[in-house]
Amino acid sequence: MLAEIERERDIDKPAVEDRLLLPSSTGKMAWILGFILLACVVFSACTGALSISVKELTEIVAFKLGLISTTSVEEQKSIVFWVIRLPRVCLAVLIGAGLGIAGASLQGLFRNPIADSTLIGVTSGASLFAIFVLMLNVKYFGMLTELAGAYSISFVAFLGAAFTTFLVYQLSKVAGEGGITTLLLCGIAINAFVGAVTGLMTYLADDQQLRSITFWNLGSLGGATWTSVLAVAPFVGISVLFMPYLSKALNLLVLGESQAASLGVNMKALKQKVIILATMGVGASVAVAGTIGFVGLVVPHIIRTTFGPSHKTLLVGSAIGGAIVLTLADTFSRTIVAPSELPIGILTALLGTPFFIYILWEQKRKRL
Amino acid sequence: MMEITQVGFEVRGRRLLNGVSFEVKAGEFWAIVGANGAGKSTLVKILSSELAPTSGSVVFDGKDLKKYKLRDLARKRAVLAQQNTITLSFTVQEIVLMGRYPFYDSAPTRRDLAIVDMCLKKVGIGHLKTRLYPTLSGGEQQRVQVSRALAQIWEVDNGLLLLDEPTTGMDLLHQFETFQLAKEMTSKDFAVIAVIHDLNQALQYADKVLMLRDGESFAIGLPSAVLTDEHIKSVFGLPVRILHPEHVQFPIIVPNVTPALSGTSQL
Repeated sequence: MLAEIERERDIDKPAVEDRLLLPSSTGKMAWILGFILLACVVFSACTGALSISVKELTEIVAFKLGLISTTSVEEQKSIVFWVIRLPRVCLAVLIGAGLGIAGASLQGLFRNPIADSTLIGVTSGASLFAIFVLMLNVKYFGMLTELAGAYSISFVAFLGAAFTTFLVYQLSKVAGEGGITTLLLCGIAINAFVGAVTGLMTYLADDQQLRSITFWNLGSLGGATWTSVLAVAPFVGISVLFMPYLSKALNLLVLGESQAASLGVNMKALKQKVIILATMGVGASVAVAGTIGFVGLVVPHIIRTTFGPSHKTLLVGSAIGGAIVLTLADTFSRTIVAPSELPIGILTALLGTPFFIYILWEQKRKRL
Repeated sequence: MMEITQVGFEVRGRRLLNGVSFEVKAGEFWAIVGANGAGKSTLVKILSSELAPTSGSVVFDGKDLKKYKLRDLARKRAVLAQQNTITLSFTVQEIVLMGRYPFYDSAPTRRDLAIVDMCLKKVGIGHLKTRLYPTLSGGEQQRVQVSRALAQIWEVDNGLLLLDEPTTGMDLLHQFETFQLAKEMTSKDFAVIAVIHDLNQALQYADKVLMLRDGESFAIGLPSAVLTDEHIKSVFGLPVRILHPEHVQFPIIVPNVTPALSGTSQL
């Protein structure tokens, strides 16, 4: 065994070959998933009540870009694509990416594969505030409606998400030594409280309000317009752009909080960054589309199983993976019971669960 | 390299450490020994800057430990903790590469990867490189952690290695190899501070021994001067004999049990 020890100068020798390179390469994965995402986007944009073929789609895009001067595609299809389909697909991609990356980073932060954005109060806070608006809209929120127009619910929901998360974070600092476990427990406590208030509001709601509350809680991308896309884009964009910079720190966290600190990770700063970035992405998503469960929980898990647990791969992969899943889910949600729409939250869970269980089973089979 | 002056640590009125002072020079192997709850791990946590001493000071390389940035500290010393549970299926290579994280920004250089390979071989686990960490045995996992700590300070001049019971779960050969490795590091002007439970190992490998009792330094100095039968009896409460067998380089500490007790064990 001691014979294995080599001389130190071996390091500088060019003998070290490509075998040294890490097996999990982020670039390759990004290409594969990116390609799948593109295919899903095209598929989603083409599918619907008014079917557009891929050839027509390229013509519509090329015409708009000025690459071709005339087009044989009907005006109606072009309008459907630009005004209805494309913003909706863009919104699905953005929200999916936001939910996916937030789920992955929070699982890393909590060192727990079953953590997701609901744990830090983002979702429940957004729900509660949205329900407030739905219930009290007419009476007290006149001024707000004037200010934010049709987006008052989204605006307030985002505030709710940010506020609840802030509350959970502050409480964890007051209640304990600020460790991750305290944060988790505070999240659960605040969630339960917010859930109870939400329940109370639901109890007091009349039939019409109850219907809108339920619908909001199940999530839908039905309200997608370019305005909502533009409202969500910066939040998700910042989250997706900056989160991968935290991947090294999140990897070190796997060794435990104190070991990570001894390798130079500032735990407090890391915690703040992850929570702020995750809240931005999820808060904005929940605000425009309601609560969409399961994506943030399952997508990171699938990516981890397929491409390894390193956070650089995991974060990027979960963003793209989330976008793929949500684009597909939204396509089904608006076609499966056409001309009506199925809330997307139902679909993600309904289709996601069997797939997830299959993955778990496959994982176990491989290990044996 | 590291001067520890009158260090004390108190938590909720309970005094865990009190007035501990010693000075670690480059190239020295320090062993910290003491009974359970004597404050060994607390001391290591203070030296690694995980805990701040409530009194006294720790000066590392001429600068107060509190004034270091975490990342700068990570480039000068490595810490090996007592417990290292990892459930996610990272490969051994990825874990050891984490020791190189303080030294590169986004992607590891070829040199970082070469150091990882080197450190894996140093600890004798080159063949485990592509294995998944959670599938390894306890002793193997501990060796992976040793090699991660090694990778962290591989290129540092006058680095410091803090080990909290480094050989937990290792078999005889690898305990021996780990200590040999630590000795080898000290010969390159590294300082090693290790919590050691096996007094014979402390006697055999350490240059200096710090013996703690109830958070205070009970004895300090050369192993042969610190690890005497009277000291061991008053710190651990067990009477021992120190044997000097022929053909063996080091004295051996054995429990000095009464005949009655050894009689019952034979029954």
